[in-house]
Amino acid sequence: MDITELREHLCGQYPDLCPLFSIEFGDGVLLVTSDRLHAAARDLKDLGFDRLGMVTAVDYGEEFELVYRLQSREMRAGIFVKTRVPRDEPTIDSVNDLWAAANWQEREVYDMFGIVFDGHPDLRRILLTDDWVGYPLRKDYENPTIIRRPDYL
Amino acid sequence: MIEPQDTPTDQAAPVAPDLDCAPDVVMPEVIHEGDTTIVNIGPSHPSTHGVCRVIVELDGEIVKHAEPVIGHLHRGIEKMAENRTYLQVVPLTDRLDYVGSMYANWAYCRAVERLAGIRVPERAEYIRVIVCELQRIASHMMAIGPAGADTGATSAFMYTFWQRELVVDLFESLCGARLTYNYVRPGGVSFDLPDGWIEKCREFVAQHPAAMLEIDRFLFGNVIFRARTKGIGVLDADDAVSWGASGPVARGSGVDWDLRRDDPYSVYPRFDFSIPVGSNGDVYDRTRVRLWEAIESCRIISQALDGLAEFEPGTIKADGMPRLLAPRPGDAYDHIESARGSLGVYLVSDGSVRPYRMKVRSPAFSNLALLPLVSEGYTLSDLVVILGSLDPVFGEVDR
Amino acid sequence: MTFLWGLLWGLAAVMFIAGGAVIGVWWERKVSARIQMRLGPQQIGPAGVLQMVADVPKLLFKEDIVPDNADKPIFRYAPMAVFAPIAMSVAVIPFWAGWAPLDSTVGMVFYLAFPSIGVLGILLSAWASHNTLATIGGMRAAAQMVSYEVPRSLAVLSVIILAGSLQPTEVMEAWQWWWVPLTFVGFLVYFIASIAEMNRGPFDLPEAESELVAGYFSDYSGFRWAIFMMGEYGALISASLFGAAVFLGGYRWLPGVAGLAVFLVLAMVLITAVMWIKWTFPRLRQDQLMTFCWTVLTPLAIVQVVVAGVVALWL
Repeated sequence: MDITELREHLCGQYPDLCPLFSIEFGDGVLLVTSDRLHAAARDLKDLGFDRLGMVTAVDYGEEFELVYRLQSREMRAGIFVKTRVPRDEPTIDSVNDLWAAANWQEREVYDMFGIVFDGHPDLRRILLTDDWVGYPLRKDYENPTIIRRPDYL
Repeated sequence: MIEPQDTPTDQAAPVAPDLDCAPDVVMPEVIHEGDTTIVNIGPSHPSTHGVCRVIVELDGEIVKHAEPVIGHLHRGIEKMAENRTYLQVVPLTDRLDYVGSMYANWAYCRAVERLAGIRVPERAEYIRVIVCELQRIASHMMAIGPAGADTGATSAFMYTFWQRELVVDLFESLCGARLTYNYVRPGGVSFDLPDGWIEKCREFVAQHPAAMLEIDRFLFGNVIFRARTKGIGVLDADDAVSWGASGPVARGSGVDWDLRRDDPYSVYPRFDFSIPVGSNGDVYDRTRVRLWEAIESCRIISQALDGLAEFEPGTIKADGMPRLLAPRPGDAYDHIESARGSLGVYLVSDGSVRPYRMKVRSPAFSNLALLPLVSEGYTLSDLVVILGSLDPVFGEVDR
Repeated sequence: MTFLWGLLWGLAAVMFIAGGAVIGVWWERKVSARIQMRLGPQQIGPAGVLQMVADVPKLLFKEDIVPDNADKPIFRYAPMAVFAPIAMSVAVIPFWAGWAPLDSTVGMVFYLAFPSIGVLGILLSAWASHNTLATIGGMRAAAQMVSYEVPRSLAVLSVIILAGSLQPTEVMEAWQWWWVPLTFVGFLVYFIASIAEMNRGPFDLPEAESELVAGYFSDYSGFRWAIFMMGEYGALISASLFGAAVFLGGYRWLPGVAGLAVFLVLAMVLITAVMWIKWTFPRLRQDQLMTFCWTVLTPLAIVQVVVAGVVALWL
């Protein structure tokens, strides 16, 4: 299965999402709603995406965008799965049961963004200390040790 | 259940604690059954290869559970990048993987180039391949030597360091720095090769495989080293894939996956090289894969040095590179095969001169997550050897 | 008078070991540097010979740190308990025809017994440090030293059987050149077991720096640490001297002062060989160490004793 067949297949699977499915730079991007993320991830795993490269998040103000990077050794292809969770209730299903790699990756996202992964076996802070206040990579994070550079441009 | 918490704005923001009132280090709760000992290794310990703390539950000398505690070197580079222009982030990427700075430079620059649509001149691509393969050799020397030192053969360390020293000397004459190079820049590289550098590089490449074979003989052929590393820290291929392991850690387990061949980038498709793959997934295979990779890197460097002659000297920067990059809004991800595995950089731009978000997909972070899995059931002596064979660089793990 | 005499001899033994340790450290740094393509000490004195003379005052003036949680009196005196038995063991080594500092009729047993008392000091220091890594190191040391005592004693027993005496000077008088090939296996067993006894690589598990930082003396600093190092080098010197004497013939090869010179050179060769092995081989694991002792060294030593016994009957 190559990347165009994959696209057709996914468009069949997710008809309402087809316009959002694009192929940029050879890597597919699949946008799903947060409640369908786990199902989509399972589908992709069954299609042969056996590696979870990374899980990360981007703070877009009202919402956080979660970015999952999947890779398939067989198809020699990568795909992004993106989903959005609201800022006031950042909760999403963990994919730890599909890829063990999600364990530390999701812990890092929890540590940096405060996004809670339902079903994660061990959701603790990973890089920061357990008693840290706040989530540093949120755009509204304030800490006196962070010195903003003046907007000289 | 852990409740999500927003940053409380009315509450006083946390300040860096001064040493006198720093809270006592709290031991995480480890299931304590029967007659076990909790041993705390690190964060300052000779064999943690940086600042890693490992909390080990020992039954006699058998490791029942090893819990890595990371973050001691967390500098918030991803946050710092949001506050700097695209070019100013390059020196920060040096500090990610301080054993192989060229990789983080390159991965970041590729993401920027993809985001801004910059085409890099071919000569610069060749130079990038050459320096990154040299960096792979330098970085693997830093993994093979300490593998010997972890088992107690301190002499092997000096022999591999001799080779690393030669590479670092080459880098010093190339860009003036020995550790944090800041050499690969968006759009190309910072300097062209100095006079006579190609000859020096050829000399190095000519002598390196013989030196590697010598190390192969006296370290990997040593009966005690084999007894200490064969069948230790076994990681099977399915686990390696599932845990997102990459690089020599995955290839030692027989996962034949190398981005240079499987997701070819830059000018790698033009070179003829093979990917060494282990079969047992033990410490011995993981370490030996690195040794053969260093030899393969020599082949790539020779071919790239030959290919370099075709291009006019001086064309090392993309035409019309602005001083200040302001890419279109959007995101880009690119990854390269670093010495530790697939190193990716994910960049989000909001159209301003600073990255809106930078995420480094660090191979060392993913590989280190395997430690509890692969060290369980082996002895304390094996634990440090296993940790060394995962080759974590904590600048990259903690970021 | 006897007391004064004993005190003088004790001081002499301590000075001998301390001086030997200073020279031994310099020599080890040079040997290891040569093995590792380095130069070793260079700056102080010709070829850096005065480096250790400079290091000793440094160690003397360093702060003597005793951890808060340590069992302080035991922590302070444990280094002496390691060093003293090793210094005492030098007393029975036959340096000269018919002369050993302490010419005891049970000298051979004395020599085998005394260095192993040092393990008590190691256990004390490990336990008193109140440190998990030190405790593990102490446990390893105890297991290792007690186990390796067996093949080591058996190997020496073969020479005792051949000589028919427990007095070192008498053993040396009875020594014949053909004992060297006859007891060569015993000598190898003695040599390897001695390396394990003195906790040197590849058997330096109790102080394995990559796992246990420094094992039982992780928490020691300054001169107390130096006493441990002196004990270690003292054990190396004493074991090499004893091996060079009873297995390799010592002063018997040449008459007079030349004999003493041969003896010292033989001991130096053994010391250098120990260093060579340490800087070449990786470290064994605890289970491999024990397996090696009980399945390889001990049977070999028993075979050696049987061979020596048969030859002694036939003599």
